[in-house]
Amino acid sequence: MTTSTSARHHYYVPKPSPYPVLLCLSLLLLATGLGLRVNGIGAGRWLIGAGALPLLYVLFGWFGSIIAESRAGLYHRWEDRSFRLGMMWFIVSEVVLFATFFGVLFYERSLSVPWLAGLDPHFSPWPGFAGGWPTAGPAGKAFEVISPWGIPALNTVLLLSSGATVTWAHWGLRRDHRQQLISGLVLTVLLGVVFLALQAQEFHHAYTELGLTLGSGVYGATFFMLTGLHGFHVTLGVVMLTVILWRSVKGDFNRDHHFGFEAVSWYWHFVDVVWLMLFVFVYWM
Amino acid sequence: MRHAAIEYTHDEHQPRGLARWLFTTNHKDIGILYMLFGLTFFVVGGLFAELIRAQLFQPGQHILAPEAYNQVITLHGLVMVFAALMPVTAGFANYLIPMMIGASDMALPRLNNWGFWLLPVAAVVLVLPFFLKMLGIGNGPIDTGWTIYAPLSVQSGLGVDFAIFAVFLLGASSLLASINIIVTVKNMRAPGMTMMKMPLFVWSWLMTSLLLIAVFPALIAGAAMLLTDRHFGTHFFSAAGGGDPVLWQHLFWFFGHPEVYILLFPTAGIMSQILPTFARKPIYGYRAQVYSYWAIAALSVVVWAHHMFTSGMPVGGQLYFMYSTMAISVPLAVLFFCWLGTIWRGAMTFETPMLFALGYITLFGIGGLTGLVLADAVADQQYHNSYFLVAHFHYALFGGPIMGVIAAAYYWLPKITGHMYNERAGKWHFWLTMIGFNTTFMAQFFLGAAGMPRRIPDYALQFTDLNMVSSAGAFVLGAAQLLLLYNVIVAWRGHGRPASDRVWEAAQGLEFTLPSPPPYHSFTDQPVIS
Repeated sequence: MTTSTSARHHYYVPKPSPYPVLLCLSLLLLATGLGLRVNGIGAGRWLIGAGALPLLYVLFGWFGSIIAESRAGLYHRWEDRSFRLGMMWFIVSEVVLFATFFGVLFYERSLSVPWLAGLDPHFSPWPGFAGGWPTAGPAGKAFEVISPWGIPALNTVLLLSSGATVTWAHWGLRRDHRQQLISGLVLTVLLGVVFLALQAQEFHHAYTELGLTLGSGVYGATFFMLTGLHGFHVTLGVVMLTVILWRSVKGDFNRDHHFGFEAVSWYWHFVDVVWLMLFVFVYWM
Repeated sequence: MRHAAIEYTHDEHQPRGLARWLFTTNHKDIGILYMLFGLTFFVVGGLFAELIRAQLFQPGQHILAPEAYNQVITLHGLVMVFAALMPVTAGFANYLIPMMIGASDMALPRLNNWGFWLLPVAAVVLVLPFFLKMLGIGNGPIDTGWTIYAPLSVQSGLGVDFAIFAVFLLGASSLLASINIIVTVKNMRAPGMTMMKMPLFVWSWLMTSLLLIAVFPALIAGAAMLLTDRHFGTHFFSAAGGGDPVLWQHLFWFFGHPEVYILLFPTAGIMSQILPTFARKPIYGYRAQVYSYWAIAALSVVVWAHHMFTSGMPVGGQLYFMYSTMAISVPLAVLFFCWLGTIWRGAMTFETPMLFALGYITLFGIGGLTGLVLADAVADQQYHNSYFLVAHFHYALFGGPIMGVIAAAYYWLPKITGHMYNERAGKWHFWLTMIGFNTTFMAQFFLGAAGMPRRIPDYALQFTDLNMVSSAGAFVLGAAQLLLLYNVIVAWRGHGRPASDRVWEAAQGLEFTLPSPPPYHSFTDQPVIS
């Protein structure tokens, strides 16, 4: 079956690393702390704090060692392909995660609410339940929905522009125009931060003035879960972009060797596409 | 092991002792960790099963309080699926895939380490409420059944919260392992090792990984919604706010049904490694098996609601889920015929791995055929949530995957440790397992057909005799597994005779071209496959 040995260079297998198992320790403390906290047990708070500290240490240490290995020239085309495939499949799993929440939205909106409305009025969840969308909250507590043409439309423009600026930065990188790379990234980070600020303001408005909360029936639940999960992803994206910006300023990356940049820009485009779906199906239609 | 340990000390950069296992980036170390973890929890989950059968030995038993009984059946299910079977199959994947495709290691070694160490964390989080209860916090671990159905899971105690966090951690672990395996298969194959030359075990794990990525995020999303329903005032699974408890069932089974194939696929691949060796014939229908994997994987994600025929569903839905479920039996039957074609007129010998492989075909066959009964939407109205269902899925999950991983353990143990196990003890293990298993679960088919419901700590008098038979079988089955532990120790401690490189006369595959045990780093220079 085998005839000879390949002349390929050796694949880089990293040395033993303390970071993964430390990360697990941190997650153990965080999970235990959260489990106690949601049940109102005071010790939970301390465990969450104790878990967050090693988490930060691990993030700096693990990513730091990868950056150091990259600078030392240990990664070649072969290793690079593993990273690309890995990131791609990670994003696929994220697609399934969001698809599930969209599936829940469509299920509640098109199936479970009309089914409930089709029951004998005697079994209605609350008096006067009509089965439309948006549903009122339990016990018919009234709320207003957010108009798509205010902040949400503005946010759409912001995120789409940030997708363009990150691509512009990529063009700069491909042509070794470092200044264009850095300004593109700065713009992208700024647009992301403004998006998040507006989103936070919108949530505040919904809670304080519109009466729209997590508890506002399945409308409120699906609204805040989808937009909240997306906002969390944008936050992660902004953090990752900032790291990439910092690395670019430090002089990392060149035209043929910039997986870190590309991974983050893929992630950013993914978050962008999810927002478009949100705008259409959560805010608009 | 001894040989590997010696190799190891030559490598000055490597930490030793506990640090070796905590920080390792080596696929063999991580594979062994996975397998030992799975074996440990196979014992734990088995003890839960024995508690259940002791409680049901006769009516009116009070070994377990009803609340504790609910916790034990829930943990038995969760532990066996997530902490025993999945880790063991992932262990074989880690240990074997790089060697089978001629790679130096897995593609992403640090993520590999992280994926494993998440498992003990998840296990601790899952059982922690048991100890919290001793401190007067909460009412013990999750008690909803492993399916965690709403509304019970929305109302039940803090054990559910810890189970939700365990699901997040298990999901992260499974996704990391899956991504790593897909990338390894795509990027690390030796020159000339085309996809259609890969051992079927590698193919089977590729399909497993794709399925995990396609469905596990749905369970993570469901668990997140369950958490917000419990503590943050949402109404995803509550009609009081326009939601629907049945939605949880959809989310759970969209994950849960493919999960059956996630458990099954690796062992289907194992069959196609073991049967040709002991029949001394090439694999029959390699291509047909690969295409069957694809067909089963594709169908498995569109049939989930056959678990919900009795939850209420429009007739159109019942018909669709009935026919699509039955359609899965076609590619599955192709696999069976390929296995039979492989051993047909072979020069067979019956060493322990072969015995377990043949046991797999027999028992999983029964599991599959009784599945057709339950897939019939009309018949299911009678059999659902009875002991018939319990017997069916134990034939499908013990008769299939567990027999498969035991066969794999005997098959590759000499390769991993460099020493043979005790063949006589292995044969006893097989026959006692077959007798114990069939006694336990055949009786349950009759109990279910007679109308005994599942998930109750007590039962009506007329079910006594068959329950006693079933419990007696379970005690034999449990005791027989001690022989597996004995054999692992025999090979591990080097008490058996040394194994040759090829181990089995007719074994094929790159892993059998390496010494037994294989060196710590196997294919640093990749072989070229012609």
